[in-house]
Amino acid sequence: MLEVQDLRKVYRSDRREVEALRDLTFTVDAGELVCLVGPSGCGKTTLLRCIAGLLDPTGGAVRVDGREVAGPPPGMAVVFQEYGRSLFPWMTVRDNVELPLKQKKIPKARRATLVADSLAAVGLDGTQTAYPWQLSGGMQQRVAIARAVAYEPSILLMDEPFAAVDAQTRADLEDLVRELWQRLGVTILFVTHDIDEAVYLGQRVIMLSASPTVVQDQLTVDLPAARDQLHTRADPRFTAQRTRVYEQIQAAKGRTAAQPPAPLGS
Amino acid sequence: MRRALRLLALPALLFTVWYAASLGSENFYAPPLRTILAAFADTWTPERLRADVLPSLGRLTAGYALAAVLGVALGVAVGANRRLRAAAEPVLEFFRAVPPPVLVPVIMLFAGIGDGMKIIVIVSGCVWPVLLNTVEGVRAVDGVLSDTSRAYGVTGVARLRHLLLPAASPQIVAGLRQALSIAIILMVISEMVAASNGLGFTIVQFQRSFAIPEMWSGIILLGLLGFVLSELFRLAERFLLAWYHGLRDASRS
Repeated sequence: MLEVQDLRKVYRSDRREVEALRDLTFTVDAGELVCLVGPSGCGKTTLLRCIAGLLDPTGGAVRVDGREVAGPPPGMAVVFQEYGRSLFPWMTVRDNVELPLKQKKIPKARRATLVADSLAAVGLDGTQTAYPWQLSGGMQQRVAIARAVAYEPSILLMDEPFAAVDAQTRADLEDLVRELWQRLGVTILFVTHDIDEAVYLGQRVIMLSASPTVVQDQLTVDLPAARDQLHTRADPRFTAQRTRVYEQIQAAKGRTAAQPPAPLGS
Repeated sequence: MRRALRLLALPALLFTVWYAASLGSENFYAPPLRTILAAFADTWTPERLRADVLPSLGRLTAGYALAAVLGVALGVAVGANRRLRAAAEPVLEFFRAVPPPVLVPVIMLFAGIGDGMKIIVIVSGCVWPVLLNTVEGVRAVDGVLSDTSRAYGVTGVARLRHLLLPAASPQIVAGLRQALSIAIILMVISEMVAASNGLGFTIVQFQRSFAIPEMWSGIILLGLLGFVLSELFRLAERFLLAWYHGLRDASRS
């Protein structure tokens, strides 16, 4: 279980202070798939880095299974948006997936199994000896996901992982994430700026305000567990819920920027 | 094959021009290339290579290797530590700006005129480009890659081995390439100033005893040596940085 409580982050430099996160409180239960969605520049990445233990919050706390996060917690894996910059270009696909396992001191035979299984799970059989830059963008992000899966995390953080891939690849990867989640029973916190993606993927959607960020609203997604791109997205419930999230995000933008809410629809 | 041809075409042409132009030379200081080549064969016998070229190569190797290790080690330390870097950078730039040959007499004062002095001279000149390039390379390690490493528990020695050194390796290699030519220059200079054997010493001896064709043959040998070393370096780089060139080609297309 992941708890974020009264989280606050202020960036200080010599001249000024920027309050990125004002006051965030939410929880993600074990085995849940929760999407965080918010307007661009709302501090999603700051929040994620705080949760991953890569950034110290100014106030409040992040707890994983009751233990406060100070530095990257061992049972957590992260998939970043910039796949091209999160895979080691000097390592083959196999070495990229295997390195974190070596750091966990997993025996060699077990490592080989984990690497092969996780690559197979993301549909990348036979790429073990390739270098990441020999693969397409979507395949590179699959490698990053395989690395996270092989790590056998209890919590998986994903920071706008599909923002930089094309629309078709993105749909495939969304389904891959849902499939892996259902199969592995891992807790997933998925950060995105794409409202449709949030509703399509999540069991629950947490909406963030514009920066300085607070939790704007939450929505338990009322859609069947078996989802697919064609039917789920055409489901009237899907449309209704994405409209609701959209309204909240627009309201969040309007409030902080002191602008009238943009017209809805689309 | 084609590369070898391209590599050798221009030198062959230049040699031919030199050979033809100097055929009838009466100038004592610029003898015909034919004479020089004859002297080359007579001068650089296996015994001479062992007595003079081998010691030079030994000093070069020792000094260069020491400078590489020192430069990379210090460079990683400085590059990975922001405060240390702020404090050290101006000083490093100053030392880099000092032309290494002026250090030869100074170093002679306290290190004598043995092999130790020559190695110190080579190190003192070669360490700067390696060090500064390593600092730059380590400093520029990608933030996302660094976050990824931390998130997956790649810390301590593993971080050095799997993140910092490989990430900085293109810059480190660039520094090592600069250092190689500096090392050859300093090897020759230190031997010219004070030595009892070595390539630099022998060339100066020939010049002082007016053995002009022999002197020229030594200069040619020195050029060949530099050429072979830089080709070896290129081969090593191609192997070591294969990923880097692949990545660059991939992002260009």
